[in-house]
Amino acid sequence: MSTLKITDLHVSVNTETGPKPILNGINLEINSNETHAIMGPNGSGKSTLAYSLAGHPKYQVTSGSVTLDGVDVLAMSVDERAKAGLFLAMQYPVEVPGVTVTNFLRSAKTAIDGEAPKLRHWTKDLKSAMENLRVDPEFASRNVNEGFSGGEKKRHEILQMEMLKPKFSVLDETDSGLDVDALRIVSEGINRVRESTDVGVLLITHYTRILSYIKPDHVHVIIKGKVAEEGGPELADRLENEGYDRFLQASV
Amino acid sequence: MTDTGNRIIDANPELKDLGQYAYGWHDGNDAGEFAARGLSEDVVRNISKLKDEPDWMLQRRLKALKLFEKKPMPSWGADLTGIHFDDIKYFVRSTEGQATSWDDLPEDIRNTYDKLGIPEAEKQRLVAGVAAQYESEVVYHQINEELEKQGVIFMDTDTGLREYPEIFEEYFGSIIPAGDNKFSALNTAVWSGGSFVYVPKGVHVEIPLQAYFRINTENMGQFERTLIIADEGSSVHYVEGCTAPIYKTDSLHSAVVEIVAKKDAKVRYTTIQNWSNNVYNLVTKRAIAEEGASMEWVDGNIGSKVTMKYPAIWLTGEHARGETLSVAFAGEGQHQDTGAKMVHAAPNTHSSIVAKSVARGGGRSGYRGLVHVHPGAKGSSNNVLCDALLVDNISRSDTYPYIDIREDDVTLGHEATVSKVSEDQLFYLMSRGMEETEAMAMIVRGFVEPIARELPMEYALELNRLIEIQMEGGVG
Repeated sequence: MSTLKITDLHVSVNTETGPKPILNGINLEINSNETHAIMGPNGSGKSTLAYSLAGHPKYQVTSGSVTLDGVDVLAMSVDERAKAGLFLAMQYPVEVPGVTVTNFLRSAKTAIDGEAPKLRHWTKDLKSAMENLRVDPEFASRNVNEGFSGGEKKRHEILQMEMLKPKFSVLDETDSGLDVDALRIVSEGINRVRESTDVGVLLITHYTRILSYIKPDHVHVIIKGKVAEEGGPELADRLENEGYDRFLQASV
Repeated sequence: MTDTGNRIIDANPELKDLGQYAYGWHDGNDAGEFAARGLSEDVVRNISKLKDEPDWMLQRRLKALKLFEKKPMPSWGADLTGIHFDDIKYFVRSTEGQATSWDDLPEDIRNTYDKLGIPEAEKQRLVAGVAAQYESEVVYHQINEELEKQGVIFMDTDTGLREYPEIFEEYFGSIIPAGDNKFSALNTAVWSGGSFVYVPKGVHVEIPLQAYFRINTENMGQFERTLIIADEGSSVHYVEGCTAPIYKTDSLHSAVVEIVAKKDAKVRYTTIQNWSNNVYNLVTKRAIAEEGASMEWVDGNIGSKVTMKYPAIWLTGEHARGETLSVAFAGEGQHQDTGAKMVHAAPNTHSSIVAKSVARGGGRSGYRGLVHVHPGAKGSSNNVLCDALLVDNISRSDTYPYIDIREDDVTLGHEATVSKVSEDQLFYLMSRGMEETEAMAMIVRGFVEPIARELPMEYALELNRLIEIQMEGGVG
């Protein structure tokens, strides 16, 4: 079993006017096979948490620690974090012109495993993962995210999670911009990975919608860069009815 | 000579003469004399004499020498002040400084091949290519045997001049006159080596003609001269070896390539130059496309210190088409000033220019293009697409599009972009486990993919490997 531990994490984002503090002491602990929902209103720092864990250079950790099975994650480069087993499904994945999905996935798999995947298994696994996510076979020969619809981008992110088999997966608003059918297909994809591996999931979302497909074990509400409340799945139901207003008022 | 070379010669006794010829060439008597530095009438006369050329060629050379002396250096483009004409050896015999074994190669070139992953056997072959020029000719000769019956000629230019003087008298210098520019004059005065291709009417050469023997012209072929004639309704794809390194320091490579695509002929010319980074690469390339003909330049510039090269197509017949696809990579200390010229001299002619360049490590890449539509070239069209990718903040990219239109009824398109490898792209790839250099190389490879896809497979792979080597250790 693995544990991802976030302790008193403070993070600033680089802006044109200088660094701006976003996270003000986050504490979280996620184990393998657990799913944690991170919820909160816009601008509360949810995505900042996701990017900080993955090591985006725009975000500066000013204090606190992140460890994976006791090893300092913050000292690792972005690719080292991926190799250690961290995965971030991005909210707005970028286009990489001229690089096909197949080539990209294979390069990523090779980089993370330290060796090229066995071609026969790889092709079979990829094909079945694509079928499960209801993506057209020609998807594999398209350029990464180029001309993808919002739904295709999200499916592509989940396809990567399925193929790369991370220890911990941070899903940054994977539900945003998806229609009902796409949301179900993507959620089913996430659930397949949860069932077939020991992945620990940090599900970042604004809405409770996706939680009817993916049942979290724990729910954390982030307000203004701090965890304001924690609980079980019932906390999500409460948010569904009450919204974030009471937290916002309380924190004024 | 290598075992491979011996085996091929043994299996093809008729090729032995080719070998003899090459050896004879190498073992000339006047070694010291020809290795002299600097240019003079004597040097030119000696080159012509050694090649036993007809007098008209000598006269061409001498006239070109005068033009070279008279012509000014280009005042535009890259910085050429590092060229010292008096220090250059204009004709170097192949035996001088020539590597006869892998170990004799300069270390950096050896490293390059190691990094390229060229297997031991291939290394042997490449080196043997230097020692045994005929080894490559053997390969070509084998191709020739199939095509020979159809009348296809593919040989080095010196031999071509000897065997087909009437073709040379008609075409040599007819597309690019000696006085076109200072470097075409220089080439005409001291040219040696290069390829001569003739494809008869209606003959389609299905397999690309590959000039891998250029490897061993490193000493004597820095002023190579290539002449390609595709007769009516024929087609040919000529590919120049892309890993040909140059062994000499402070070198000048100044080639002239002339191509005639006659009525309804189709010619494609592909090069990927990977000269070492101390070479001034100043090349004049021009093709004529007659009625209904199609001409394509696929041009990759990865190496050299300075490259100035603008493959041109004169569309002289109605419905002629011209296309240039180019990719340039400027690393540290490199300046790639490349582009294309399209001259529409007949109605309903169409051309397209796609130029991609990458600059990193303070390198400088530029697109310089001319589109010229003559009066009366009605119904013609041209489209230019040039994209530059900057890998860091210290590199530079320039675009100089010149357009000269003397006709109303034309369609023109021009699109130019300059982009930088974004932090988010790098982050995305690295978050999938790729190291920074690998991520960068993947982005660059993707950027040049539209060109790479047009290359024969082995050259596309080569291009990708060269990009990876270029990206190594230079990111940040």
